[in-house]
Amino acid sequence: MKADPKGVMTGTHYLDGDHAACEGALAAGCRYVAGYPITPSTEVVERFAGRIPCVGGIFMQMEDEIASSIAIQGAVWAGAKAMTVTSGPGFSLMMEHIGLAIMTEVPCVFINVQRGGPSTGLPTLPAQSDMMQARWGSHGDYEVIALCPNSPQECFDLMITAFNMSERFRTPVMVMMDECVGHMTERVVIPKAEEIEIVPRKYTKKTPAEYKAYLPNDNLVPEMAEMGKGYNFHITGLTHDEKGYPAMNEESQKKLVSRLINKIQNYKKEIILIEKDGLDNADVAVLSYGITSRVAEKAIIDAKAKGIKVGKARLKTVWPFADEFILELSKKVKAIVVPELNAGQVVREVERAAKGNCEVISVPHLGGGVHRPEVILDAIVKGAQGGKR
Amino acid sequence: MIELRISGYGGQGVILCGMTIGRAAALFEDQYSSLSQSFGPEARGSACSAQVIIDKSQILYPYLTGSDILVAMSQEAFRKFSPELRPNGMLVYESELVKPEGLPPTVKAFGIPATRIAEEGLGRSLFLNVIMVGFISAVTGVVKQDNARKAVSQSVPEHTIEKNLKAFDLGYEYGKKHFA
Repeated sequence: MKADPKGVMTGTHYLDGDHAACEGALAAGCRYVAGYPITPSTEVVERFAGRIPCVGGIFMQMEDEIASSIAIQGAVWAGAKAMTVTSGPGFSLMMEHIGLAIMTEVPCVFINVQRGGPSTGLPTLPAQSDMMQARWGSHGDYEVIALCPNSPQECFDLMITAFNMSERFRTPVMVMMDECVGHMTERVVIPKAEEIEIVPRKYTKKTPAEYKAYLPNDNLVPEMAEMGKGYNFHITGLTHDEKGYPAMNEESQKKLVSRLINKIQNYKKEIILIEKDGLDNADVAVLSYGITSRVAEKAIIDAKAKGIKVGKARLKTVWPFADEFILELSKKVKAIVVPELNAGQVVREVERAAKGNCEVISVPHLGGGVHRPEVILDAIVKGAQGGKR
Repeated sequence: MIELRISGYGGQGVILCGMTIGRAAALFEDQYSSLSQSFGPEARGSACSAQVIIDKSQILYPYLTGSDILVAMSQEAFRKFSPELRPNGMLVYESELVKPEGLPPTVKAFGIPATRIAEEGLGRSLFLNVIMVGFISAVTGVVKQDNARKAVSQSVPEHTIEKNLKAFDLGYEYGKKHFA
């Protein structure tokens, strides 16, 4: 299905990442946003509130992030594509309802424009320190999808990917921006509506009598039912059976939770997006995501000028994690260098997936700015000199 | 690569000034540009700056590492940012609000009484920032006159385009007349 032209502002623009993300959501068909504006994400909802009366849809400023994160789920059940937008402190408040969206399989999008934390931290300065929170912040076992753009253009592009994946997998998708990308203004090209591919909601064709709300298809994803068309079913955060009714026992728990995990894990190839360059014959690989990948690219250029064989792997999808890719990479290189704007979060996953095959070098930065390229360069040099191979 | 900082106090239109120059480079010239804003929790009256990086290739490091061009519209901004100005750089300043002191002799300095020109030529001081855009285009050549004019048209509310283009022209002409 092609995008609805009403939401697509075709043309070449000069936009910051927040505004571009809003345009991406509109192009993807998002017609409902509930939010409690917070720096540095405010511009996303500000633009949405300004644009939506012309496009046709609703923006609701809520009393807090808890309300925002549940209001969007009501809108989804009523038929809308919906998202909410926040930063660290709000993301913390949304965790319970992210779990509900996972458990009840609500396709929706959460944007987190990351700033320094803990607590209110650094409202106007960047960090990437909510990466593990995106993966594990809500209680229970589950899988999530999280994407990380590194430019305003990619904020636009990945918002469309996020909405499409949310519908395809019936799960919340997190778009993990950061203050730097959110407040950086660059050229953004928005294509024509007919060039934008949209995944529509998959509604059941079964009759109300045949329909079971949580009976999965072959791809492990159940179909949704259109509200107001005579379908009666039950939605609960309790462990439930295929009809949606509580079924609180060991067997139901195993069946439901493993399906929630496997509907994502089994289709990782479809979800994991990695930008790779120069990894064949590389001694060192730099693995990064978001704004840090741009600084890393500068360090890679400088390292190549010193004659070091270094390649790049940029995770556009951070969750689910690219275990298989990292394992293969770890068998080829001496070291994997992992710069990130936190004390070392995703590097733990790299260490786990590399299984000791190569050296893994963490290059932490606690946020409030970005790495100096020299710091990453030093780690690349160290990796090229040392390493296990 | 050119690194440019536009600075002044909140309310002078510092960000719009940077936005217009960045837009001219990114949309109308064969260049990349990246604008980032730094601001505190304060609004009007506090120090404020926009950082614009313009390059032939994709911009990787998102912040300024020094400035080739510093635009200062307040003394506080000048004091804060002039140490980062490169020895062979250019200073563009509001000559009735900024007294440049202690600059290396190799820095080229270009002053314009932009607030007075705005008040006398257009009746309102708020056109100061677009006058600065015209003046910057004339004296530094960082973006071409035509492209900067097009960017002005796209950066301001539609009903103010005409007045803003006049503001641009006043700044541009002042630059050409006094520093050509």
